[in-house]
Amino acid sequence: MGRYVARRLLQMIPVFIGTTLLIFLMVYSLPGDPVKALFGQRASDPATVERLRHQFGLDKPLLTQYWDYITGLFRGDFGQSFTGRPVADLMADAFPVTIRLALLAFGIEIVIGVTLGVVTGLMRGKFLDRFVLVFTLIVTSIPVFVIGFVTVFLFGLKWKVITPTVQDSMDIAQLFAPAMVLGALSLAYVSRLTRTTVVENLRADYMRTALAKGLPRRRIIGVHLMRNSLIPVVTFLGTDLGTLMGGAIVTEGIFNIQGVGNTLFRAIQTSEGPTVVGIVTVLVLVYLVSSLVVDLLYAVLDPRIRYA
Amino acid sequence: MTTIEKTGAEPSARVEDADGGPLLEVRDLHVEFHTRDGVAKAVNGVNYSVSAGETLAVLGESGSGKSVTAQAIMGILDMPPGKIPQGEILFRGEDMLTMAPEERRKIRGRRIAMIFQDALSALNPVLSVGYQLGEMFRVHQGLSKKDAKAKAIELMERVRIPAAKERVGDYPHQFSGGMRQRIMIAMALALEPDLIIADEPTTALDVTVQAQVMDLLAELQREYNMGLILITHDLGVVADVADKIAVMYAGRIVETAPVHELYKRPAHPYTKGLLDSIPRLDHKGQELYAIKGLPPNLLKIPTGCAFNPRCPKAQDICTTEVPALAAVAEQDGTELPGRGSACHFWKETIHG
Repeated sequence: MGRYVARRLLQMIPVFIGTTLLIFLMVYSLPGDPVKALFGQRASDPATVERLRHQFGLDKPLLTQYWDYITGLFRGDFGQSFTGRPVADLMADAFPVTIRLALLAFGIEIVIGVTLGVVTGLMRGKFLDRFVLVFTLIVTSIPVFVIGFVTVFLFGLKWKVITPTVQDSMDIAQLFAPAMVLGALSLAYVSRLTRTTVVENLRADYMRTALAKGLPRRRIIGVHLMRNSLIPVVTFLGTDLGTLMGGAIVTEGIFNIQGVGNTLFRAIQTSEGPTVVGIVTVLVLVYLVSSLVVDLLYAVLDPRIRYA
Repeated sequence: MTTIEKTGAEPSARVEDADGGPLLEVRDLHVEFHTRDGVAKAVNGVNYSVSAGETLAVLGESGSGKSVTAQAIMGILDMPPGKIPQGEILFRGEDMLTMAPEERRKIRGRRIAMIFQDALSALNPVLSVGYQLGEMFRVHQGLSKKDAKAKAIELMERVRIPAAKERVGDYPHQFSGGMRQRIMIAMALALEPDLIIADEPTTALDVTVQAQVMDLLAELQREYNMGLILITHDLGVVADVADKIAVMYAGRIVETAPVHELYKRPAHPYTKGLLDSIPRLDHKGQELYAIKGLPPNLLKIPTGCAFNPRCPKAQDICTTEVPALAAVAEQDGTELPGRGSACHFWKETIHG
């Protein structure tokens, strides 16, 4: 186990270097000059442009810039955005918001998704099962921005039960509606996945054994069925947490949440290389770590899987 | 607190019922499955009984209804699609089919236990064997986790699993096939039930291990004076351990007999066919006998005797009239105790 974790951590290094380099190259190949963009409509003064270029290190060769950036990272320096703010500061503002949003969406997804999945799995073919099946089909086939705008329009503007845009991005109560929108798609997936594994495991021989042992139904479902059914669900949930952290651009945009998604989107628009690379680097790390945790959790849940 | 009987080296012999009646009596049991294609009649009027310390072997090919009968007794049939339209299952004189579900659950595992065929899939893959064994004590006797684990180790030693203490936390896939089946037996034995139903307990094992497992089962049965219903299609296994045999075909019992009598003089053409199809050393080089045709489709059981399309002795009457299970007698008319045959021509079959 220890060796496995060590190997996985070592494997993260090339993945980390590869992704950051790729993002770095992609951001700097974007059309438009970020320094000139700083002047807006005004005519740019060539001397100032030159000075700014030098200040941000944009006059050096691209690979040198990348090297400087990486070595900076290891000193904990994410560089500076072109507006002069350290990228680390920007992220310190944005990440707490997104983590709240993502965890809230994640919680909703687990509680409602797994519950719906288990209930429909046990009531296969009944009305509730069909209803949830249709409901999840609708959710998965509608793009998230449509769900978002409809939510804002109906609940925010028409019935006024929620604030149409989030005023205070750190307020959990205001983040609830966006979290529902963000988690809706995953919720549908989770409930379907749970339903499928529950139905599959209900037919398993060991369920018949549990029944023959004279165990109460509560225990048959709660221990014997759930332990087996939740294995694939946990795998999905783990990778999904990473997706929720980075995939909130649309939702954050609709609800005006000052989180990672919004910050990233603005940075891409203004070709702010350091900010984009910084945020994406952290997201890559989150993704790598969460997939490692999932793999380890898998071995805990299923004793047949052993890592050496 | 629940007081637990000490499982000593010598368990006390079970006291027979005052009225001396059988432990379990199945009366005119019918089971059918309602499927999209129609109603499959899996069991059509089965009668049998088992007393304490007695072993009944239920013999038959796949689809003859032997496992379904057992599942109906255990109360683990999938209902729906399964349905029991008729019949009684008396356990110590009480009809289990009319009992409250909770009462029934308390009998399962505690009074009647079951051993399944394929222990690898019948044991839960993600729970340790110690947990699965201990569960019996925790649920039925309210033991603590720690006491249940001690009991589980004791049980594993009882069925002779080496290094039980070290292996109690292992998972089913870490055991060999024979050891896994021993764990299944231990689980059925846990609460010293009155009756054990073993559904092809050795089918998934190789021959040497089969013998070990059967010996163990027979030994434990003697020791605890339990009733045993042994479901199998292996005639070799039956001969050693069973007291009496019931041969099933298309959901009916076609012949019953004490074990050795059946081998000596079968009274039903189907049983005769089964016995003739056992490979024999002294017939080496000759063609192996096989019963012609296939087992009947349970959605459309042939009229009359269900075996008539495959029977070498079939007459007209066999396609029209269902033969009842008749008592079998010697040529001079003295009845043979415990023998019965559901064949219009049992006389010709046994004496011919």
